Amino acid sequence: MAVLVCAPGVWAVDTIKIGFNIPLTGDIPKVGEGSKYAAEILLAEVNGAGGIKVGDKTYMLQFIYEDNESKAESATAAALKLITQDQVLAVIGPQASKQAIPAGEVCNSYKTPMISPWSTNPQTTTDRPYVFRACFLDPFQGPVAAKFASEEFQAKKAAVLYDIASDYPMGLAQYFKEAFEKIHGPGSVVAFETFTTKDRDFSAQLTNIVKSGADVLFTPQYYDEVPLIVKQAHQLGWKKPIMGSDSWGSAELMKLCGDDCKGLFFTTHYAAAGAKGATKEFIDKYNAKYGYVPDDVAALTWDAIRLLIQAIQNTGGLTGNLDKDREKVKNALAQIKDFDGITGKMTFTPEGDPIKCAVVVKISDTGEFEFFKSVCP
Amino acid sequence: MVDLLLQNILNALQWGSFYALIALGYTLVYGVLLLINFAHGDIFMVGAYIGFFVANFLLGAYAFKLPTALSPPLVFALTIVATMALTALVGVTLERVAYRPLRRRGAPRLYVVITALMCGLLLENGNLALLGASRRSFPTLIPATVYDVGGVLVTNVKLLVILATILVFFFLETVVRKTKLGMAMRAVSYDRMAVPLMGIPVDRVIVFTFILGSSMAALGGVLFASAYPVLEPYMGALIGWKAFIAAVIGGIGEIRGAFVGGFLLGFVEIFVAALFPSTLRDLIAFSTLLVFLSFRPTGIFGVARATKI
Repeated sequence: MAVLVCAPGVWAVDTIKIGFNIPLTGDIPKVGEGSKYAAEILLAEVNGAGGIKVGDKTYMLQFIYEDNESKAESATAAALKLITQDQVLAVIGPQASKQAIPAGEVCNSYKTPMISPWSTNPQTTTDRPYVFRACFLDPFQGPVAAKFASEEFQAKKAAVLYDIASDYPMGLAQYFKEAFEKIHGPGSVVAFETFTTKDRDFSAQLTNIVKSGADVLFTPQYYDEVPLIVKQAHQLGWKKPIMGSDSWGSAELMKLCGDDCKGLFFTTHYAAAGAKGATKEFIDKYNAKYGYVPDDVAALTWDAIRLLIQAIQNTGGLTGNLDKDREKVKNALAQIKDFDGITGKMTFTPEGDPIKCAVVVKISDTGEFEFFKSVCP
Repeated sequence: MVDLLLQNILNALQWGSFYALIALGYTLVYGVLLLINFAHGDIFMVGAYIGFFVANFLLGAYAFKLPTALSPPLVFALTIVATMALTALVGVTLERVAYRPLRRRGAPRLYVVITALMCGLLLENGNLALLGASRRSFPTLIPATVYDVGGVLVTNVKLLVILATILVFFFLETVVRKTKLGMAMRAVSYDRMAVPLMGIPVDRVIVFTFILGSSMAALGGVLFASAYPVLEPYMGALIGWKAFIAAVIGGIGEIRGAFVGGFLLGFVEIFVAALFPSTLRDLIAFSTLLVFLSFRPTGIFGVARATKI
């Protein structure tokens, strides 16, 4: 009996457990899939090379994937399970802000470092020293989109359609509105229409938008809703530009959307077409193994894991006491400067948010996400 | 202003059509068996998925192909027919496997309703387990053409959906009121104990009811997938619940009720979304309906307890 109890303990000494709180089912399963695949490639690479060296000891990595069903309540449950039951050193994810905000609260109160690769809502990291992210923020992304729409399309009036029951679209829609009205004056966002998660028919809202005389439609929705919105908009007579945000950048978007999405723009973290260096290496590895070009979530997850590994190595040695080690990793993460990720260089602010550039992508006539413009803070 | 109103009326007619087509399945089964078949929303989802596979097969997307390529309108027509037949089979299987044994053993109605709820969850999660959580895109069988009639825009898909629903209404009214089978359905509804004594095969009538209800849900599923071409395993859940409410508002057990209730709910939802922030949509829609029901608990066409269907 004693042997049975001790054995996992002994074995756990040279393993670092990292938890993944990701949506493998639910509304955005492709996001979870991309994150898991990126993690699997990195895991195979690191462990294949004999693990990572921290101080004078070598550790193997162990990844534990927990499905949060892309629901807020499941994300908190998943975070709790990873922290208390699986005893992970740190958590990667959740991806979407809707889950990352509540899960961040759990991780912070249990003093466990968490890095959300993809959550752009400021609330995720605000006043939470243990929570970090690997992407830019919506207060940065919203103005980038507003400025781009004004310059590129000469838009004087804008319309917004967003899901009011989800943190990410709601936050971003408001930042866009603020920024656009700052440029063109109050009332220049002529239609600010909402719907609720799971809606499939947007005809009433889109009818209002078409009649409002707006020059551009901004819709910061996830890839499973974008095709429906875009198709219905076209069927109701909308011929002007439509713009989106980083939630559009899924490998699945063009499969669902087809011709209707060609020629549209969105702001995002990286552009796969025309990538160079380490980014291209990652894309090629991923494509060779899984047969499609990875989306931004996969790239950001890759960066988030590498950031975490970097921080673990920077601690200069782990004690084996989980509470102390988690504290050490958190401190090391906060001090990372000029980290060279595949989605750009990152330096962390005291809030745990990286300072990095945004990319505007145009969906080409062949359905590829083409680099169009880069906007830095 | 007028064009805005007309546009929203068209939008509401399309949206209400789906509620009407699904509500019909609830109403038929309830009319005959006094059973609320809560799995019906998921039958609608199964219909959409079967339609997806049939259409892709006819388009030659799989290894096993038809010898000749078919024209898209023909593919669409064949998809609808084949999907209705296959989905009817699923509905009948459900009746055979889940509901009939309970009925034979004389289980109280509550148990049958719970079984129905369970069957719905089985279909959802079975789909999730078998086909995965990834979204599927329904192939474009009828390329959308937009017609502009004095500022009011309407697509061929929209017209087709509305027209099909109206045709289904007349078809079912004729079946139930004018045919022998309809008479048998009404008779079973009236008194299930006495009917076998008259030589009416009750089980066959019930199976036929399930065939009718499921195939209409399948028609709804294919049309829905043509209008909103993103499929997911849980797509039937919410719309199924709302269609059930529509059936109750119309007076469950009454075919006219299912259609009127479906379109009414469609109109309320679209107009509330057009005039108010969408957060208020379901709140206003269902409060209105609740108030309506408290004045007329049996729904628009419902009678306290008499022959239905």
